[in-house]
Order: sequence, then structure tokens, then C-alpha cells
Amino acid sequence: MADKEQKKKKIIKTIKVDVDKCNGCRACEVICSAFHSAPRYSSDNPGRARIRVIREPLSDIYVPVFAGEYTPAECAGRNKYIIDGKEYDECAFCRASCPSRDFFKEPDSGLPLKCDTCESEPSLEEPMCVQWCLADALIYEEREVDEDEAPARNEVDVGLESLVDKHGWEKLVDAVARLKKKS
Amino acid sequence: MRYAETGFNLEIDLTRGSIERVPTDPRHTEQHLGGLGTNAKLFWDRVPPETEPFSEDNLLIFGTGLLTGTPAPGCNRTILSTLSPQTRLFAFSMMGGFWGPELKHAGYDKLIVRGKSPELVYLWIRDDEVEIRDASHCRGLGTLETAEVIRQELNEPHAQISSIGLAGENRVYYASVEQGRSSASRLGLGAVMGDKNLKAIAVRGTKDINIADPMKFIGLCNDALKFIKDRNEKPIPGVMPILAGLGSPQEMAIHDEKWHTESFAWGNARTRRKGFWTEEVETLWTNTMENMRTRLLSCHNCPMKCGAAISVDTRMCSYMMKCFSKLTYTMGAFSDLEFGLRIAQKATEHGVDAFTAPQTMAFAVELYEAGILTDKEMPGFPEGNEERFYWLLDKIVKREGIGDILANGTHWAAEEIGKGAMDFAHNNIKKHEQLPLKLGMLNPIYFLMYSTGEKINITQIEGNFPQAPFPTREEREAFCEDWPQVPDQKFKDYFLNWELRGENSIPNYPTVEMTCDIVDWQEMMHYIDDCTGMCAGLSSFPLKPPFHIHNLPTLISAATGFDLDEESLKHVTKRNRNLVRANNLRRGMTRADEKPPADHWKKRFPELEEELMDKYYAFKGWNREGIPTRQTLHDLDLDYVHEDFVKRRILKEEASSKGSTS
Repeated sequence: MADKEQKKKKIIKTIKVDVDKCNGCRACEVICSAFHSAPRYSSDNPGRARIRVIREPLSDIYVPVFAGEYTPAECAGRNKYIIDGKEYDECAFCRASCPSRDFFKEPDSGLPLKCDTCESEPSLEEPMCVQWCLADALIYEEREVDEDEAPARNEVDVGLESLVDKHGWEKLVDAVARLKKKS
Repeated sequence: MRYAETGFNLEIDLTRGSIERVPTDPRHTEQHLGGLGTNAKLFWDRVPPETEPFSEDNLLIFGTGLLTGTPAPGCNRTILSTLSPQTRLFAFSMMGGFWGPELKHAGYDKLIVRGKSPELVYLWIRDDEVEIRDASHCRGLGTLETAEVIRQELNEPHAQISSIGLAGENRVYYASVEQGRSSASRLGLGAVMGDKNLKAIAVRGTKDINIADPMKFIGLCNDALKFIKDRNEKPIPGVMPILAGLGSPQEMAIHDEKWHTESFAWGNARTRRKGFWTEEVETLWTNTMENMRTRLLSCHNCPMKCGAAISVDTRMCSYMMKCFSKLTYTMGAFSDLEFGLRIAQKATEHGVDAFTAPQTMAFAVELYEAGILTDKEMPGFPEGNEERFYWLLDKIVKREGIGDILANGTHWAAEEIGKGAMDFAHNNIKKHEQLPLKLGMLNPIYFLMYSTGEKINITQIEGNFPQAPFPTREEREAFCEDWPQVPDQKFKDYFLNWELRGENSIPNYPTVEMTCDIVDWQEMMHYIDDCTGMCAGLSSFPLKPPFHIHNLPTLISAATGFDLDEESLKHVTKRNRNLVRANNLRRGMTRADEKPPADHWKKRFPELEEELMDKYYAFKGWNREGIPTRQTLHDLDLDYVHEDFVKRRILKEEASSKGSTS
């Protein structure tokens, strides 16, 4: 018992997306871009939003998607999903800021954007997109979960290991030495 | 820095193929706000009254509202202005949807199109890059089809596209401009776009819109959203369902059509069908709607769901519909809801106005049945009403045979057909087809709105004051308890004392003076919305809306940095109202044009009607002919309008006494 109490808890922030309830108004994009402008709310621009409604009105497709991680390359192959007779491109659910599409990046600089669930001081009760979605297509939930016992792994370690797997130690050491010389 | 607006217009001359980004004069924004106000100013300055609708000199203006594209909920409207081929007056028709905010984010407040392209073209606006592109491959395509072709060609899924169909290409006088979720349909703007050989305008914008006082502005937006949420949970008791909530009438969501089907007139706006709405009809129509409607839809940044995706084939969404177009074809053809929803899909692709088109088709059917039109003019005219409507729609949008005449609307068609056909074009105001309403007793408020409204469309003039009295004083008191939207407490008294029967009932109550106040209030709210780009559905149209005269000045000021209060906003609005009227007066509009259809009410009161017109004109600062006086124009800084009126002999130079023409 004592062991369990010492276990660390962490909060998982989740925005549940009910695509059937989305009315395609894009208020989430508007308020997201306004909240993240500096000074706060001084401008709006869906082009900078960290949430996009993937809209294909004539296919009745409306999927709000939050900006996730940056990826330098687009997927080589993409799946299509048919759900309730509607054909969705895999990208309709993908959160990546990726070269294959022109959103989730700053329109002027091209720098990737990522949803931060409106983290701020003082913190908001709910992210702004959820507050502005009167259709209740976006529902905010916080779940408490036990933290993994294994300590979080160093990102560099993960990356290097994958390179070792692929190319072997020797090639990798050579490459690092070469790059170091260059810089 | 300019706030809420971009400070630039995009000027396209299609004759020369020139594209210019032109800075605007900030003083014009202060004097006229934006949208309709600055459209009217541009029109006054640049389109002289001799201009023909189908000429290179006619402008087609797509003006975003001053607050369009800001986070203010429901501020998404584009106000289109041009010289109407049908009324030959200054036309302004609005659309919501997504196109206006996209144009603003591309960096332009207005798109101003002049000239005529030698070939069919479309515009592609991508922030600072603007191209005039060949559209010959889109010739004859539907409005939605065109948009899809262009999106794919540009590989721009996020481009917003306004387009015309066959009706616009063929200059049908009631052709619409469609953008999928919304359209600007009234008064033939699509015909002018077609005359300019402009098939579509695709826009993609990724620039910021700036707000002057961000925290104050967003606070007001948050308040409005909270109000809307509460208000949506509390429909107003005592009024019919479609008037109980916010938004435009919730025709896509509400199934109870007893009021429309029994109070509005069927066919060529002739036949009332009392007792039509039976349980059987209700079940059938409810099933139709439930089966064909796949989703309720909103416009840009608006929590209301006034539109719907409608499926008439294998697609999940064949087209998008809103409001009363649900029933206009159904009732025009004496058919059922399924027919109405099916033919509306074709009509939307062709791009015609859903009020005027079915009225004109019903007019043709009546003329045929009366023997004025015969098989000679209409060879192959089918037997059944529904087949006739499809046949007529096809002829009209192609301008084939009789369609070439009917394409000009009932007034001009009747004039051309002759043989007493004008008696059948009976539902017009200023040569423009109206809602098919034929009622009993004259209502003074509606009489004045119909007569003097220069939008020439009642749904765009009526609004915040209840359409009818409540039966008991208790109900009226309950309504007034929670009514902060009134500009003045006296409106509550007007309503409290308004009875269904007896001394304080129509036509003598509301009195002439009260009527002037009520009409002026409702009209003022619409004019404000048409300048800010706020949807009427959150402001001027419904009862007890979130936006009203007491909070709009603060909202506009916080967005723009202006220092507007109620008085100054009213003053600007009055200036815009008079400038719109001035544009029409110098095109020959007179008091004689300002009247509802003769058969709109069975019981008319000519003396009372004259008094209403006299008093209202005076109330507005207009002379007996409805022309703004020198003093009125001077007070509104419109002395240049007065000078023009004198030059054109619309007003006499020196005049003082009341009876004169000044």
C-alpha cells in the first residue's frame, strides 16, 4: 500500500472531439489565434491557429484537429479510412505540423505551431477553443493517471539509439566526428 | 495601424485586366464605418445615375463589414452592392458564410470590380498575390461545381469561393452569388457578375486582423457567447417556434410549418390554405427533412446553426440550404417538401434567388392557365406542376424561348408579355418580388417598413419589436421585464398597451408616432449590422438579441479604437441611411414607388397610410416627396448630396416653407 501512495500522479489533458457535433464554424480557430497573439487577443488569424477544422463540406467532413509535433517529412504512404460511408484521408486525423499541408505553422516564418491547451498564468479552466465551442464538439477532460515507473528517457538517447540500430556504431561515430569538424 | 479593418481595397478593372491594392481614407471609415456605409459612399462618388446595370461603369462591390473577421461572434458578412438590373436602383444584398473573413485576412476590406472581361475569368486572391485566370473550362458549371473545380485546380482546399452558375452567366435578373454555405441572392448581383464575365472569386488569406483594445473587446465577445448560450436555453414563450430563438428563423431545425403553410400564400402568392397542416403532412415532411438533412451548419465564427447540408443523391451533402428557401419552391408549385428540397439543389447550382425564381415560375404557370401564355410561346410545357417548375427553371437559366422573358422577373416579363400580364405580377415592391404573404388587416408597422425599406426585402428590415401583440397583459409584462435591448423605455409602453382587439389594436395602434419610432429602431439596427458585418441573426432580426444599441457602440469602439457612443453611432447610421436613399433618389426613385403590393392586405386605410408616410418622412428629415432636406443633409455632413440634388433639380435651391419641395 505504502508503495502505491508514493507513486507519482500526473494529469493528462484531453480534448475530446465529437465530429458529429461540429457545425464547421471555425470559432475554435479564431479564438485560438487571438489567444496566442501578442499582446493577448490583439489580433486574430486562423492561419496561425493551433487547431484546424478539416472541412470538406460536400463530403460532410468536419474534423477539428489540434496541432501536435513537428515533422520534417511527410508520410510516404497514407491510409484512407471509410467511416459511416465517408472517406477520410489519414491526414484528417493527423496532428503533425508537416510539409504536406499549409497549416500548423506560422504563415510568415513557417515555424511549427503546437497546441499548448492554452497554458497560462493564471491557468484557464478550459482551453479557449473548448470555451468557444457552443456546439460541444470539443470537450475538455483532465484525467489523473499513475506516472510510468520507468523514468522518462532522454530524447537524445532515443534518437541516437535509433541511428545506431540503423547504421551501426562505427558509421555513427564517424559522422559525429565529421559534423563536429565542420561546425 | 488600422484596427478591425485592413485599410486597403482591391480594385480590379476587368476591361484592362488591371489589379490595384488601394489604401483607403480612414476618415471614410469614421464617417461611414464599413460594409454598406462605405459601399454607398463609393457608389455615390463613382457610379453616376446615368450608368446602366450592364455596363463597364457599373461597379460590383464585395464589401466586408467593419468587424467582419474579428473574433466578434457572427461578424462574417459581406455586403454586395451594385446597380440592380431588376430595380435599376442601388442594390445591397448580404452573405454570411466564410468568404468575407477570408478576404479580410488576405488584407482587403473590399473587392471592387469594374469593367468587363473579354473572356470568362475567375479571380484568385492569395494574400498579396492576385491573378485573373481563365475560367472557360467552368462555363455552364454549377456554383458548387465551379468551386470544386477551382479548389482542385489551385490545390487550395482552404480557399473560399464565391461563384455564379448558368443564371449569372446568362444575366438572369435574379441570379445569385453563391459560396456554398451562404449566398447573396436578392436583386440580381449574380447577373452583374456574369455581365462582367466573372465566374468566380477564390480567396485565401493568412494575415492578422488587429484589435485596438483587445481585453475589452474579448470581454464583450465572451459576454455575448454566454448570453447566446443562456438565450438558446430560454426560447421566448408566446411566439411561434421560429421566432422564439436567435439566428435566422430556424427552418432547418424546426419541423412545425403550420404557420408558414397556412399563413403564407401558395402558387403565385395567391392561395391561403387553412387547415393544410395535418398530422399526416407533419409526419411526411418531418421524415423528409430528417432523411435529407445530414448536418446543421454554422457560418464563420457563429454558434448558431441556421444552415444545413442537404442530401438529394448519393452524396452526404449535395448543397447547403438555410431559412425560408426550404418552402418557397414547395409552396410556389403546390407540392411537398421533398420536391422543394430537390429542385432547390438544381436552383442553387444554377444560382438563382429562392424568392424570385419560384415566384416567377408560379407566375408563368398562372399566365399559361389564364391563356395569356400558350403552347405557342411554351411548346412542350409539361402537364404536372412539378415537371413545369423543372422545365421553367431550365428555360430561365438558359434564357431559352419563354425563359428569356421570364429571366427578367415578373415585372419586366409582364411588361413584355402584355395582354394584362401585369395583373399577375402582383407581388412586387419597386419591381422586386416579395415574400408570398397576403393578409387581412393593414399593420401600420409593416406598411411603413414595406413602403420605405430600400433593402426591398422585409426580412432585412423587420426585427426587434414583436410582430404581433401578446394576448394578455400578464404575458406582455413578463416579456418587458427582461428587455434591455430597447433603445428607450417608451418602447415597452408601446408594447404593453398593444392589444389584439379593441381601441389599442391595429390599424390604429401603435399610433402613427409610435409606428415611426418602432420602424426607425428596427431599420437602424439593420443598417448598423450591414456596416459592421454582424449577422442580423444575432442583432437586428430576432427578439432579445445579444447585440443591441447599448453594447454595439462599445464593441465597435473596442475593435476600431473609435470613440463611439450611442448618439454618435446613431448619427453615423443616419448618415448611411440617407446616403443609400440619395443613391436611389438620383436614379429616379419617388414616393410613388414606396408602396407595398396592392393586395398585401385585404383591408386598407388610404388616409391612415398617407398620414403614416407623411409623418415618417418628416420624422426622418425628408420632405413630402421623401427627399432628405437641405438641413438634414447638412446635419449629416452630406452637403455634397444636397448640391447634387439641386444640380439635378431633385431639390430646389432655396426653399424654406414646409410645403415646398425642399
